[in-house]
This record gives sequence, C-alpha cells and structure tokens, in this order.
Amino acid sequence: MAIAGRDFRELRLDDMSRNFGTVNALKGVTLTVRRGEFIALLGPSGCGKSTALNCLAGLLTLSSGSIWLDQTRIDRLKPEERGFGMVFQNYALFPHMSVRKNIAFGLSMQGRPKDEIERKVDEALAIVRLSEQGHKLPGQLSGGQQQRVAIARAIVIEPPLVLMDEPLSNLDAKLRLEMRAEIRRIHDLIGSATIYVTHDQEEALSLADRIVVMRAGEVRQVGTPEELYGRPAHADVAEFMGYRNQLRVTAARAGNQVMIRTGNVTLAGSAVEPFTEGEAVAAIRPEDLEVSANGPVEARTETSQYHGDYFYSSGRTADGAELYFRSDRRLTKGEIVRLAADPARVLVYAGGRP
Amino acid sequence: MTDAALTKAAERPPLRVRLKLRDIDGVTLLVVPAALFVLLLFIYPFAYGFVLSFKPKTGDLFANYRKFFSDPFLYDTILATFRLAIPATLINVLVSVPVALRVRRMRHRRVLTTLLVVPITLGTVLIAQGLLIYLGPQGWFNRALTLIGIGQVRLVHNYTGVMLSLIMSGFPFTFLLTLSYLTGIDPSLEQAAATLGARARARFFHIVLPLLAQGLAINMCLSFVQTFSVFPSAVLLGAPAGETRVISIAAYQAAYEQYDYSMASAVAMIMGFCQLAVVMLILAGRSFAYRGAAAGGKG
Amino acid sequence: MQQDKSVGERLWAIAVWALVIFFVVNVIATIAAVAVDSFGTRWFSSWLPAGFTTRWYKAAWDEFQLHDVLVVTFEVVGAVVLLSGLLGVPAAYALARRNFPGKQLVILLFLLPMMIPPITFGIPLATVLYQAHLGGNMSGVILANLVPTVPFVVLVMIPFIEQIDPRIEAAARVFGAGTGRLFVHVLVPLLTSGILAALLLVLVRTIAMFELTFFTAGPDSQTLVVTLYYAVGAAGVRSNQSIDAMAVIYMVTTLVWLLIALRFVDPTQIVTRVKKEAAA
Repeated sequence: MAIAGRDFRELRLDDMSRNFGTVNALKGVTLTVRRGEFIALLGPSGCGKSTALNCLAGLLTLSSGSIWLDQTRIDRLKPEERGFGMVFQNYALFPHMSVRKNIAFGLSMQGRPKDEIERKVDEALAIVRLSEQGHKLPGQLSGGQQQRVAIARAIVIEPPLVLMDEPLSNLDAKLRLEMRAEIRRIHDLIGSATIYVTHDQEEALSLADRIVVMRAGEVRQVGTPEELYGRPAHADVAEFMGYRNQLRVTAARAGNQVMIRTGNVTLAGSAVEPFTEGEAVAAIRPEDLEVSANGPVEARTETSQYHGDYFYSSGRTADGAELYFRSDRRLTKGEIVRLAADPARVLVYAGGRP
Repeated sequence: MTDAALTKAAERPPLRVRLKLRDIDGVTLLVVPAALFVLLLFIYPFAYGFVLSFKPKTGDLFANYRKFFSDPFLYDTILATFRLAIPATLINVLVSVPVALRVRRMRHRRVLTTLLVVPITLGTVLIAQGLLIYLGPQGWFNRALTLIGIGQVRLVHNYTGVMLSLIMSGFPFTFLLTLSYLTGIDPSLEQAAATLGARARARFFHIVLPLLAQGLAINMCLSFVQTFSVFPSAVLLGAPAGETRVISIAAYQAAYEQYDYSMASAVAMIMGFCQLAVVMLILAGRSFAYRGAAAGGKG
Repeated sequence: MQQDKSVGERLWAIAVWALVIFFVVNVIATIAAVAVDSFGTRWFSSWLPAGFTTRWYKAAWDEFQLHDVLVVTFEVVGAVVLLSGLLGVPAAYALARRNFPGKQLVILLFLLPMMIPPITFGIPLATVLYQAHLGGNMSGVILANLVPTVPFVVLVMIPFIEQIDPRIEAAARVFGAGTGRLFVHVLVPLLTSGILAALLLVLVRTIAMFELTFFTAGPDSQTLVVTLYYAVGAAGVRSNQSIDAMAVIYMVTTLVWLLIALRFVDPTQIVTRVKKEAAA
C-alpha cells in the first residue's frame, strides 16, 4: 500500500489571530485549503507567515478564531493530536537516532506493528531517494540529505496536511533549485495538502497552486501564481512580487485608461484598485519598462548589468525618481535613454498607504 | 661559504619563523607563568604525596597502605564515605531533572537561580552551623514537626544531618548544571516529536533523556567527587568518631594529630583513587549513550 | 507549545513546585536561624528568643579578635584576586589566540585543579608548603588558595577573549602597538567586564574556601571561615551566640560580594562556566 495523505475535504482557517503581548502577529487570517492543494504563505520577515504555520501545527495557541478540518474543530488540540506532518527550517532531526529511526518515529508513536513500520520506512526512503543512507546518523549527512530525511519523516505518517517552514533557506542556490522540484514531485505523489512558508517569491511562484501574500499579520492577497505575477491587488504586494518601479504619481481618468503624471512626464496605465484622483502609485516591472526611441519617460542611466540575453539597468528621471528597466545593449553611465511601457503593464494603485 | 652551503642556509627558514608557523611566539609564552604555577603547586605536590606515601615512618614501601587496610578504624572510613556520597549524589542529580524540566520555561528564572546560588556561596561550614541550630532539638524544624504531630526527630550529630547538609550545598550545583544542559537541547526537537504524535512522557523518554544522558553523567561525576570529599559538615554536624567518620577525617588526623605526613599522603591517594574509580565507572556507562551535539541539524 | 493540563500533569507540577519551595524555605530558615540567634538574649524553649540584643557582636569581635581575622581575610583574598588575575588573564589570552602543539595538554593541566576537590590535593600541598617553610603563615595560605583560582580565571576568561574579534588586535598591531601596549590600551578595556566578573567570583569563592586555608594556616593566618569552624567545633553541642554573631558577619561579607558579583555575571556562571569546560 503506497504512502498517500489521509483524505479530507477542506481545511478552514477562520479569522485566525495571535497576539504576543501588545504585538498582533496575526490579524484575522481566513483561508480554505482543499486536499491536494499546494499553498504558499509568502511575505517578508515578520509578516506572520511562520506564526500562522505554528498555529496550524498546534505549537502556538490561537488568541482568537478557529481552525476546522472538515467538521472537526482542531485548534484546541495539542500538536500530537492533530496528525499533521511538519518540516522545520533547521530540519529538527533527532541527532541520536539513525535516519530509519527518525523516519519511523511518528509510526512508532502510533503503535503500528514493526513490519508495517519497516515497510513504510523503506517506501519513504525510496520516495526521497535515500535508500542507501538509512543506517546513518543525521550528523553524517549533508544539508540536502538531512532535508530529505525531514520530508520523509513528515510524509510517512500519511498526514492530511504537510506544513513546511522555509525548508530550503539553509541550502545553497543550486541545491535549492533541485530540492524545489523534489518537493513538488513528492507533493504530487502522495496527494496531501501542503502549506509552504517562504519569503522567496520565485519559490512561491514555481511551486504553489495558490499563493497567500501576507504583510504585518494580514493576508494581502490570495491567488494563483499567474494572478499574483500579472495583477497584484495592492502596491505593497506588487513591490514584493518584483514590481521594482514604484512611482509616486498624480493620476487622472481618461476614458477607460488612467493618465499618470510624474514631473513633466505623462504615461498611460491601468487601474487595479480604486484611487482618489490625485495621489497614486504606479508599479511597473523592470521587464515591462523598455528602452524605446520615442518613449514618454526620459532617464539618465546609472548602472547597466549584464544578465545573459538582456541588460538590467537603472537610471534616474529629471526629478530624481529611480527607475529599473531593460535594454538589449549595454548602456553607458550617464547615457540618456527614453523608456516606454504597455499601459496594461503599468498598474496604478491608491497612494499613501504603504 | 661555498655556493651549496649558502643555498642550504637560505632554504631553511629561521627558527623564529618555524616556531611561529606552529603558533609559538611571545604571546604563547604568556601561558608559561600560570602553567608553571599549576605544575609546581599542584602536579608536584601530588607526585610528591604519591612518592611520600611509599616512604612510611616505619616499615617497607607498602606499610602505609597495609596499615590502612588492616585497621577497621581506617578502612571503614571508605564505606562510611560511600554511604554518604552515593545517596547524596543520586538524590541531588536525579531530583534536579524534574525540577529543571519545570523551571526551564519559567519567566523569572533568575530569581530562583540567584536564591539557589546563596548556599553555594556561603559554603559548607556556615551551612553546617546553621543546620546545627535549625535542625537541633530546639530548632524551628523540630518545632514544626511537633506542631503537625510527627514529634521530634534526631537530625544533628548523626548521618541524617550530614546527608541534609550535603543536599543543601550540593543540590544547587547539580540543578544549575542540569538546567544548563537542558536549555542546550534544541527546542525544535521536542516540537518535531510532538507533531509526530509524541505526548509529553514520550517526548521526555525518547528525546530529552537520551540527549541529557551525557550531561547527567558528567553531573554525577562532579557531584560525587564533591560529596566524597565531605569534611567540615561531617565533623560539625555529624558523628565524626562514629557513623560519619569519613575518609577525609582519617587523612586530617594522620596529618595534624599524628604528624604522620606519609600516612596522610597515603590516605589522600586512596581517596583520590576511589573517586577516580567511580568516575571511570560512570564514564564507561556513558559510552553506551549518545555523545554528540543536541541540535537538530544545520540552520 | 499548546498544553492542556490533565489532572495528573497538574498534580505533578504542584508536587515539583512544592519541593522547590520547600528547599528554598529551608535554606532561608537555616540562614535566618543563625541570624536570629545572634541577636537573641536567650533562646531555649520557644520559637523566638526571649529578647533581642546586639551585645554578642561586641563579644564576638573581642573574643575572636575579629579585627585581625578580617584583616587577614582581606589580605589573603586581595592577594589571591590580584595574583590569579595577573597569572590567569595572560594565560587565557595565549590559550584563546594560539593553537600550539600541546595546547590540549595545557588545558587539561588547568582543568585538573578545578575537578579534583581541595581535600584530595590539599594535604599533599600542605605537606610540600610546610617543607618549604611556607606553611603556617600567610604566604602559604595565599599560595594554597591560588591553586584552584588561577585555573578558574583561565577557564572563565578564555571564552570572553575568544569573543573579541582578532582583527581588532591585528589592526592595533598594524598601527604599531606591541604586546604590552596592546594589552593596556585595547584588550583590558574590552575585557574589563569579563575580568571584573571573573575576579569577583574568585573573591567570593576564596572567602568561602575552607579546606585549603584550614590545612595551611597558622594561628595568625586564619581566614574568617576557618576561625568560624574552630569556634563551632570547640563549642560542643550547640554554638553559643557570639559564634553566631561571627557567622552573621561572615554571611554578610560573602553575600555583599555575591550581590556585587551578580551585577556582572549570571548566577549560573558561578557553577557552569567551569563545569562546561570540564565537559568539553
């Protein structure tokens, strides 16, 4: 019998909140997760994503709100009663137990018969491709291998939900890319729901079915990777998703477009959220701002970095706004360029609030 | 000089450089005064005492040792000391574990640790004297016992008094040490165990205890060595001519009452040997347990 | 971690806390018993003495010549603190910064006096000192007390020094400081809190150090704790009140320095710094 996550219909987070003294680490998070979904909790440090994960695991109590697994309320249960698998950032492998014993731990806590445990451990080791390392101690393994043992340990108990707390942040870049693919492969194989905490938007974009962007304890946007990449709902989400150009502009409607002005430059953009005519923020991805002979924006180049098939450059407009843009040749320092962007890719948000 | 000799001299780096490569220079020499001091006033007296123990006032090489092991007044001290040291060590170390487990999550831990450092600082002489009053027949402790109906208990000038003083001066040591080992265990290990279904008792037996084992072994070694050397409490608070005649008393008497320094050294050597034997035993037992870092991996 | 307490767990927690409180209460009571007795007129058959007086303090001062004893104590303690600092800090620096062949052996050398209790090496040490005609007077007492304290300073200071970035020292040398000036102008200021902590701990430990002084002291080189021991031992069944007065003076002396030391150092370091090195 292959390892497969326990069946359930939905996991519901209902206005989940957690305070530490006067600090509101989580302010009313509401979310529904279905079996088989890969959800990424994405945000900068301190946004509450790890707090949310720890509340889900039962390692932190909720200050208010509730968590439901189908019809059962689970937020009052201790971690050992919830049956979720968890992969910790520092792996938390038991240093005094072999790899096999580490993986078998959850099963022996359930009191399963020995031969069943051995079978399942073999299977888990095969899934994470560590069949030869079973007898070793964690201290004898490399970082990537320890990671995989931690994953095996979490999935072998066939949980309905697997929680991962920035599991790749301690690995080097190359290993991180490899492990990313591994994690998704294993998720698809066993069919549990996975909730994955990360601060790396690239990781979230490539792994998740849906992404939950958080900031200062609140959920800012929930959506598919495409939605978050192409149409972030707020300026701060846009900035986090890589819209490095954040221009303070005055905006005015013109038909079904928005004309934005900064200094003596006027650009066409499209509105994403309601704004008061006047103060607004225009967000543009560097990839969408290109050197163009008759472009409306003029900038003086400051840096130009080689990125393979394009150059990633930065410059300043006449009134000092910093811009990041693309070019297909190396620009010299001080060179004046004209830039343009497709109005559909110039996203206008309400100004003021960060 | 011939050409060959010149090149040879040039190839060999000067002595100072060679020494520097092995990390020996003026700074390294700073360790010499202290090291010399310890050699002269610790190693040498030990060696001197060892040799002296084989040069008795009368008789051959082993006369002191033979005298010790043939005179019950002398060799019984070993048993008397073990009778005190072993229970005291076991109580102090084993009780420190549940207490440390409770205290480690306390928020105002420092208040408690400060209070516990007081008996260590005051020393065994003061504690012995204090207990003489407090546990005496007119002392508060017996009065309290009478109040709750138990009646008077003989707590001074006997085995019990010395045992109680060993606990009072020893427990803070073992507790603080256990606490520091306990807080050195990565908390995410217990969290991981909990997510895998381990209840509190299972977490203790499968995770905490194995990782604590090596610290407990060291704790026992240090605690035993200290309790085995009990001296002022055994004299002031115990029955130094009877049930609490410990081996340090025998050494003291040989040196300062009989002026037989050779015998005194022999007793000191026997004492050191007993301590060493028990320490070796404990450490041998430790080798069956896990002996590594108590953290859960990289990061 | 989320922990609902079951009845069993609650009972166990209460039992453990009760034990801790019982222990602390007994410690306080023991100390209080001495203090109360030292202020009582007569105390035989009731919870508290019949009346209160301070005459035992005057009596103790005269009877035990406490002025001289205190002077001796502070001379001994002062010398031990100074010398163990002068010997120990440079040695710690050498061990922290240099990895010479035989380093492990030297560290073991410094660990041994810390792990072996004073009685075991005290008697052979006293024998040697008496042979060198240093026994029975202050020099002998000071030398004997230095044996555990020099290693203590070394072992406590090594981690402190290791914390200082060696590049700071490299910078000083590049700008022309030799080892002497490096110590005075760079290291000692950075290490002040560590040295202060270590020396205060040495002070507290030496005031309370009984066995070594007991074995090496003569009649006019006894420290306070040794005088206390002799008085209690000679008193018979129960110490009389002037002895308690002396005991209180001893307590106040140690505890005052302990409180000062605790401003610089965590209580656990008095115990664990050394023992952690022993475990390493």
